[in-house]
Amino acid sequence: MSTQLTNIQPRSQPVDIGDEVATFSPEVEAEVDRHIAKYPVRRSAILPLMFIVQRERGYLDAPGVAYLARRLSLRITDIWEVATFYSMLHMKPIGKYHIQICKTLSCKIMGEGKITEHVCNRLGINPGETTPDGKFTVSLVECLGSCGTAPMFQINFDYHENLTTERVDQILDSLP
Amino acid sequence: MFIGAIGCEPLQLRRIHLENSRSLTVYRQNGGYEAIQQVLSSRSPDDVINEVKKSALRGRGGAGFPTGMKWSFVPKDSPKPKYVVCNADESEPGTFKDRYLMERDPHMLIEGILIAAYALGAKINYIYTRGEYKYLIDIMDQALNEARTAGYLGDRILGSNFSCEIHTHTGAGAYICGEETALLSSLEGMRGHPKMKPPFPAVSGLYACPTVVNNVETLTAVPDIMKMGGEAYQKLGTEKSGGTKLWSVSGHVNRPGVYELPMGYDDMEKFIFEDCQGISNGKKLKAVIPGGSSVYIMRADQITGRDVRMDYEGLVAAGSMVGSGGFIVMDETVDVFESTKNLTEFYKHESCGWCTPCREGTDWLVKVFKRISNGGGRPEDAQLMLDLCDNIEGKSFCPLGDAAAWPIQSAIKRFPEDFKKHLAVNGNS
Repeated sequence: MSTQLTNIQPRSQPVDIGDEVATFSPEVEAEVDRHIAKYPVRRSAILPLMFIVQRERGYLDAPGVAYLARRLSLRITDIWEVATFYSMLHMKPIGKYHIQICKTLSCKIMGEGKITEHVCNRLGINPGETTPDGKFTVSLVECLGSCGTAPMFQINFDYHENLTTERVDQILDSLP
Repeated sequence: MFIGAIGCEPLQLRRIHLENSRSLTVYRQNGGYEAIQQVLSSRSPDDVINEVKKSALRGRGGAGFPTGMKWSFVPKDSPKPKYVVCNADESEPGTFKDRYLMERDPHMLIEGILIAAYALGAKINYIYTRGEYKYLIDIMDQALNEARTAGYLGDRILGSNFSCEIHTHTGAGAYICGEETALLSSLEGMRGHPKMKPPFPAVSGLYACPTVVNNVETLTAVPDIMKMGGEAYQKLGTEKSGGTKLWSVSGHVNRPGVYELPMGYDDMEKFIFEDCQGISNGKKLKAVIPGGSSVYIMRADQITGRDVRMDYEGLVAAGSMVGSGGFIVMDETVDVFESTKNLTEFYKHESCGWCTPCREGTDWLVKVFKRISNGGGRPEDAQLMLDLCDNIEGKSFCPLGDAAAWPIQSAIKRFPEDFKKHLAVNGNS
């Protein structure tokens, strides 16, 4: 007869979220309250709040996720569900400076390749990697709405447009 | 980068070059908030909707749906709250016009939302901006504060019975959230999955309440429509495509930028070679994607000598679409196989994964493109890709699937030589 399938392992192990819940300063708490007050339904504040947690803690770590669940009256899994959908939310630590190079068509044909090569050579990493000192992460991302000023990248939230390799050097040199 | 109007007086862009153009003072000195004042004191909500209908304004986000008609679908007798949501999730490759409207003239958007909210009876309204445009959210928040202090937002605006609030909201990096039902899912705090239509958002949108979702450029046209009258606005363009349109020009032209053209501008060849000052580095024109990455790619010979009229009907007749007005120009050095591969990777990355044809189809298309790039092209691959497209187009849950299929279908049909070159590698060896 057929062998019964008993030994199926889940592909991912349950996340140990721990008991720690992140705490923030009164100013940050007030900012969180201001966002929650904008919506008739609390859950709507999930994305703005995720950006706040990410800004304060570097990424959406377990205590940060537990905090979001508590403030939004949601389950931990609701937070993960949303966080895994959006490309700007990070579940793992990333570099202090996140260099997001636009690789979509207009930037591509205007010299994105040269910029990517230059950035990667300079930092000694490939797209998707972080420098060992944790200072820089390089990502190739889809259209950032800067097509008329291509090629471009965004470092954290700052747009840098009409890039040349010289300009890239100046920008990277200026980052503390 | 050039920002300005060609072939008409600047309308949407008329304040954009003024010093401090984003301040309330400059906005008011240049005709700002006159429309909302006039509307609140002398026009009924139905009046406003009729004026917008007369203007032949069509949604500038890409679909081109008549705005007045969209507004008229909101049920007046519904006891539920109503919402106006501004779609500022500008992420169609090649499109960057909304960015400059919000950066340089944020009060024009606020006034447009106010008029729409008055017409539809909405008390709370949102501006959903893509997460990467954080600096624009900051600019909008500042402008909203100014407007609130001056009495244009809040309770009993300008002494009328109309009360209204506008909030900014941030996306977090998902192209699909530009689709209106996905945007509403995201605004509700969910994954950005599209929802079944019908019911349309006008009946059951945000929190299952009547909701109108309009693009930034659509809403910023509204104050002028109220001031000059719907008919006068329509006459700036053509009968079915009223007013002016912003075109975001990128790629191999000498003068990229945001161009405001009257709808029905004659013709595309003149636009490229005179207004945009021709192809850069003395190269020849090869292809144009006129309306953002999702529309059909055009060959140079579909443009030169063809008097292509730049409006909704004119571009359909010429074999493409206005879309979002993301005008990508490519010179003879571009390999259309490579450019199409680039866009297919975009759609694969941005497919939300909700429905099978789009999620699997875009993934398979990228796999085929990659195999061909790696030298494993087979002569029958063009047909294979068309078959895959056929299984996506019209068969996916939302228009993202169609948007992924159209660039490939048109590229294979219109640039067969660029594909053959890659497909013959293996077949001939």
